[in-house]
Amino acid sequence: MANLKIKVGTLQLKNPVMTASGTFGYGTEYSDFMDISRIGGIVVKGTTLRDRQGNQYPRMAETPSGMLNAVGLQNKGMEYFINHIYPTVKNIDTNILVNLSGSTIEDYIEGAERLNELEKIPGIELNISCPNVKEGGMAFGTSCLSAAQVVKAVRRVYKNDIMVKLSPNVTDISEIALAVEAEGADSVSLINTLLGMAINSETRKPVLSTITGGLSGPAVKPIALRMVWQVAQAVKIPVVGMGGIMNATDAIEFILAGASAIQVGTANFIDPTVTIKVLDGINDYLERHKFSSVSDIIGAMEI
Amino acid sequence: MKKFMLDLIIKENVQLSNQYALLILTSSDKLPEMLPGQFAEVRVDGSSEVFLRRAISINYVDYSKNELWLLIQVVGEGTKRLAALKSAESVNLLLPLGNSFSIPSNKDSKVLLIGGGVGVAPLLFLGDFLKSKGIEVNFLLGARSKADLLQMSEFERFGTVYTTTEDGSHGEKGYVTQHSLLRESKFDHIYTCGPTPMMKAVAAYAHKTNTNCEVSLENTMACGFGVCLCCVTDTVDGHLCVCTEGPVFNITKLKWQI
Repeated sequence: MANLKIKVGTLQLKNPVMTASGTFGYGTEYSDFMDISRIGGIVVKGTTLRDRQGNQYPRMAETPSGMLNAVGLQNKGMEYFINHIYPTVKNIDTNILVNLSGSTIEDYIEGAERLNELEKIPGIELNISCPNVKEGGMAFGTSCLSAAQVVKAVRRVYKNDIMVKLSPNVTDISEIALAVEAEGADSVSLINTLLGMAINSETRKPVLSTITGGLSGPAVKPIALRMVWQVAQAVKIPVVGMGGIMNATDAIEFILAGASAIQVGTANFIDPTVTIKVLDGINDYLERHKFSSVSDIIGAMEI
Repeated sequence: MKKFMLDLIIKENVQLSNQYALLILTSSDKLPEMLPGQFAEVRVDGSSEVFLRRAISINYVDYSKNELWLLIQVVGEGTKRLAALKSAESVNLLLPLGNSFSIPSNKDSKVLLIGGGVGVAPLLFLGDFLKSKGIEVNFLLGARSKADLLQMSEFERFGTVYTTTEDGSHGEKGYVTQHSLLRESKFDHIYTCGPTPMMKAVAAYAHKTNTNCEVSLENTMACGFGVCLCCVTDTVDGHLCVCTEGPVFNITKLKWQI
């Protein structure tokens, strides 16, 4: 058994396999299928200060090797999370991170302040990259100035780990990564979904109620891998890679590109046990290549 | 109910027509308990066009033969591949998913199960279940023409079957909601599954006649167990996932304009 332990920012992960926000609910939805405490971390569904109904149906379109979604951060709000979800998820023996989103900087600050109260939440994933909301979300993550402003404001009030989730819908993702690093982010995670759209040619109507939505799945993997590599070159803080990871080989590619940990997203919908397969597969790879620790292969792509 | 991911084996693929196939699946292990109205998420392998699982209603479960039946209508690449599965091939399924139809506690309840097209699928299992509880079952099944009326002999095992076809080739001509049965009889419970316009017309009838009515929705979904939040329907309690809060909803909960 190789050593799979890894430190990401201030987080101690038992292994580098995490789940991406919005694809793993609050973890408990998967407990019939697998032992959820085996994975390194769970990033819970995007949470906003106040409850959100999200966008109108239809919110999903299947595309070649992927899917578009336009959920729009449907969630029951921070108060509900604290009173009804936290009491259950705090007992899961892994790192539970809350994906925090907001329409204004004040929302982010207030949300982060509330999360300070929760002893068993070791960090937040700051979502400045949701493409499916009209206000906030991706708007913050597509300019260095606004990305830096949000991180700076949250850093001032939040005492635990801040992982900043970056948008790929930018000209140069490394610049954004450097801007959030400079304001005290502990790590960055990438990529959020790529903005896309689908049209039904028979009805001549858009498939999604919002016309555009976020593309995920294996279709985005080469782009995600390239961006993780670029960002890992640019910043000193750890990078958490995601985008179309379907198996251990995909996960290892991200680690070789420079990711300290990875998040499995859309694949959870197709195989609810995929995280365990990725985890076991990473261990098999390390043993087969005679690496004693997963940290030995971070950024180990040979050029 | 506990959910499972299982590899089941195709025992038989009965081609009902070039558009419909009945997959009879089995397993060396005992199949888990399932309830009428629930569904399975069926994995489709071997195509990059078909990325997600397909949500398919549980058509029937024969526990004595350890058989699960899935009725497949070919509508796209995914269902085309499912309908082409051959005996002894393995299929990966998540099940049982979703809620189920409510079963009346009063055995003397008059119940009517209204299905249209491939939407008849869950009503067979429901008919069996109701009959086993000692409730007399009436089916009202509608289709475009006689060739699209599926599993008629199976439905007749569990109750009285009334039909409508749009071309008049079987039963009364017209839509299910035009059938004389609805004018002549009064029911306590109506259960319906089929195309949305049909279910809305049934719901309007139930609303007008003050009849308890449950509908089974079929919104597109990615996961099938409440995490992707893609399959929501608008209800009096806000956006709810069809996969976990449904697929069966009482019409009083939906915001349908009926």
